[in-house]
Amino acid sequence: MSGHDEERMKQALRAALPPVEADAEPGRDLWPAVLLRLDEERPAPARSRWVWFDGALLAGLAILAVAFPASIPLLVYYL
Amino acid sequence: MGDGSSGVLSQEIDLLEQFRSGDADAFETLFRTHQRSVYGWVLRIVRNTTAAEDITVEVFWRIYKARARFEARRGFEPWARRIATHAALDWLRARRPENELTAELMATQGATGADPAVTAELRAKTAQAFERLPPQLRVAALLAVVEEQPHKEVADALGISVTAVKLRVFRAIRLLRKDLERQGMKP
Repeated sequence: MSGHDEERMKQALRAALPPVEADAEPGRDLWPAVLLRLDEERPAPARSRWVWFDGALLAGLAILAVAFPASIPLLVYYL
Repeated sequence: MGDGSSGVLSQEIDLLEQFRSGDADAFETLFRTHQRSVYGWVLRIVRNTTAAEDITVEVFWRIYKARARFEARRGFEPWARRIATHAALDWLRARRPENELTAELMATQGATGADPAVTAELRAKTAQAFERLPPQLRVAALLAVVEEQPHKEVADALGISVTAVKLRVFRAIRLLRKDLERQGMKP
């Protein structure tokens, strides 16, 4: 491709895609959207690791302690 | 005058340091100062106002996330511009190729600035062929040829050398010409 051809192609490209206006500005305030985006990325508060299994185990131990008080020293020993 | 300018410079450095340490007010000040130039730069690449707004938001989010890597001595504007260029490039890559010409782009083709020597058909075909180019070639050609930005600025924004920019522009123009020739058009 000669320099002349290249220049003609560039001219055609400029004609097809006129430059964007230099003073272009957004049609709305983008700051709230930026804040929203940052909030979305903020890590969620750490979830409690308390799951049903822990609750059931605790309840079981409590029942065991009430029903068989003699088992308390044994439980304390193992805990 | 010297004291005044050094005072402004020191304020700017303080602001950038505050931003770097995660100060939200400093970040907002930087956003208010640079959003227009970032938006304008992105718009030059994507040529779609709605997308440019969304990408500008994405750019400032990326800027905030990457603040620890920011080096104040290299200036905020070039750094923001580079992030903006990559975000716009990501958008171009993610866009479906079928989504070739936006209504907005077509509307600009009738602009008064268009060269009368170039026919409407050639303009339309050129714009369509341009959309088919690989995004990295398109960005280089848009910025260097259409927007007539200095090669050095384009190179900095893309994070490549000036030679690489020239090469991309050359390849873009050559591919464009071949595409038009396949369609029986000759610029």
